[in-house]
Amino acid sequence: MSRESGGRAGGSSLRIVAAALAPLLLVAAMTWWFLAAGVSWLRLGTAPIEKLAIERVVFRPQEIVLNVRNEGPAMSVGQILVNEAMWDFSITPARDLDRLESAVISIPFDWLEAEPYRLTVVSGTGIRHTREVDVAMLTPTVDPRSLIVFGLLGVFVGVIPVLLGLLWLPFLRALPRAWMDFWIALTMGLLLFLGIDTLKEALEILERVPSFLNGAMLTALGAVGAFLALTGVGRAMGGGSSRRGGAESTGSKVARGAVSGMGLATLIAIGIGLHNLGEGLAIGAAYTLGEVALGSFLIVGFTLHNTTEGLAILSPLVEGKAPIRNLALLGLIGGAPTILGTWAGAFTYSDPLSLLFLGIGAGAIFQVVRVLALARVQGGEAVLDSLARPRLLAGLLAGFVVMYATSLLVAG
Amino acid sequence: MISRRALGIAILGAAALAAAALLGPPRLTAERGAAGAAAPELTPLAQAARDHAVQALTEFDTGKMTRLPGGRILREYWIEAKHAEVEVAPNVRFPAWTFDGAVPGPTIRCTEGDSIRIYFTNRGTMPHSMHFHGFHRANMDGVFEQVSPGQTFIYEFAARPAGLHVYHCHTMPVKMHIARGLFGAFLIDPKTPRPKAREMVMVMNGFDTDLNGEDNEFYTVNGYANVYFRDYPIPVKLGELQRVYLVNMTELDLVNSMHTHATFFDVYPTGTSTRPSLYTDTIVLGQGERAILEFRYPYQGRYLFHAHQNEFAELGWLGQFEVKP
Repeated sequence: MSRESGGRAGGSSLRIVAAALAPLLLVAAMTWWFLAAGVSWLRLGTAPIEKLAIERVVFRPQEIVLNVRNEGPAMSVGQILVNEAMWDFSITPARDLDRLESAVISIPFDWLEAEPYRLTVVSGTGIRHTREVDVAMLTPTVDPRSLIVFGLLGVFVGVIPVLLGLLWLPFLRALPRAWMDFWIALTMGLLLFLGIDTLKEALEILERVPSFLNGAMLTALGAVGAFLALTGVGRAMGGGSSRRGGAESTGSKVARGAVSGMGLATLIAIGIGLHNLGEGLAIGAAYTLGEVALGSFLIVGFTLHNTTEGLAILSPLVEGKAPIRNLALLGLIGGAPTILGTWAGAFTYSDPLSLLFLGIGAGAIFQVVRVLALARVQGGEAVLDSLARPRLLAGLLAGFVVMYATSLLVAG
Repeated sequence: MISRRALGIAILGAAALAAAALLGPPRLTAERGAAGAAAPELTPLAQAARDHAVQALTEFDTGKMTRLPGGRILREYWIEAKHAEVEVAPNVRFPAWTFDGAVPGPTIRCTEGDSIRIYFTNRGTMPHSMHFHGFHRANMDGVFEQVSPGQTFIYEFAARPAGLHVYHCHTMPVKMHIARGLFGAFLIDPKTPRPKAREMVMVMNGFDTDLNGEDNEFYTVNGYANVYFRDYPIPVKLGELQRVYLVNMTELDLVNSMHTHATFFDVYPTGTSTRPSLYTDTIVLGQGERAILEFRYPYQGRYLFHAHQNEFAELGWLGQFEVKP
């Protein structure tokens, strides 16, 4: 005992460092041996499966640009086919690509707006790597006009609907208090739908994201991180309100991290805002990826769909004061990230970043659902039991159905 | 499927369509000189592919000739099956199975009635064979007598009938052995020679470079995409009689074709008759089919020739004649 504590006190920091590094050094040595000798000793022949990702297709006037990345063993770019025809191209920095190396391929081509294109890289070993563009569109560049167009798009599908939804406040206040459970549960239904929808969006992107990036875990990282971070924020806010002497807050609710009123509305708005950021990214990216649905009625459907998000923010505000200024602020927190999303999606789109943001959006929303659910718990009830109360159940389902129905308006 | 979130933007589409209307229609590949990235200095594989295509166009293997008692001529040929990597389009390699190291194999030429003896050695890693079109005994058919790696087989027969034929490996799966490159032209001249002409051999084929057995990535004449367009435009003398021995060894596509710009040709199907059957500028050949084409150019200048399935032309079956006085 005494020797141990003496050793610690003596603080042989060298030994501590050695203890920390020893496993790392051993792993490095083993890896070195494996690559240098082990592979051949074990007769693990190499099976060079080529993988080339065409990460981005950019349409410029009379030019198509491909951003490619080699995700497999070293390879080279042989030929480029545009709609199954060999075509001139130039490639920088070089046609030989090491693992994870990328290159930019420029193809002079008189492409036409709104037409489909099939772009194929034939590698040096004759393997085809193809990316299809459903609808070619001039790729937006960062200029004042594009900023305004994509900004307005974000305002139209994100900010305005959320603000309009907030106008339901007087209506909600006029309803009997007994229905409060129903409205809160409706909000939870709306949010659950959005959370699942966000994850679905991530799944769609996952299909085209290089496997080495482990995109699913990027989304998981975002989701878990946002969930825990917002739980912390909620705890801080809940504690704050109880110290200010919130009469309704019981000690147990505070302990669970439950909040109410403006604090809760803010949490919901943040969750929805993060969701809308992902939504904006997808909208902006869809344009650059040429996946644009040809029909302006879809924008209208989108707007209707997002109006319900405003409703979700309102439910904690039915009781107590809600100054117009605060409401507007909540609307902006929920809606304005859409604009950032459309900009980022259109100008600097990146699948991995989108996955991270979609994860953050989903995590934030599920955290808000959790807070709402905890706020409804009575006595020592389990959360799921409390959700089984008829009005809560009806509200949950109604929220989900409303979201589903309005989502049909924007189904591509 | 279009993402639910992928919308909106449609409004912008209208503006985009307006912009599209300002752009003209796409230009023809041929006119802008498609043919892949220009490579000023050729890599060794590219040089080999180019050289082989130039050789294959005009070189014939007439064998080692011996006059037999009784006046007949014996022709002996030595051919090896080899697996070799070849370049089929600039910077695109193909693990070919070849006769004598390149695709197509040498053009075997003889005269009707000659006694033919072919010493075939398999230097590959699996059984191969040589199956000649024409008359021969069953045990010379190259089907049931498979030649194992390292073995030699001697094919013997009398060259009949006169015409333009082919030889190819007949090991199963045959479509693969042919698609990988084991084929060549087999020309039996009639006893009365054809009129003097500038002669060219063009063996059309497809290369299924990704080896999926479904479709061809590139189409070539004599093994290298666009070689007579990009690397070696074929010189032609104004007014001189040109004779093309056209062979279709394409697999995975039902037919291949050839079209000459600015001239018409006489067609001698399979080269078995001395009378042309057709006067045209476009001919379609099925798999294994061949024809002799004869034409002259009335004007000087550069003229394209290519498959008139332009999807083949734009994947490598494109060339040009450079007609000069």
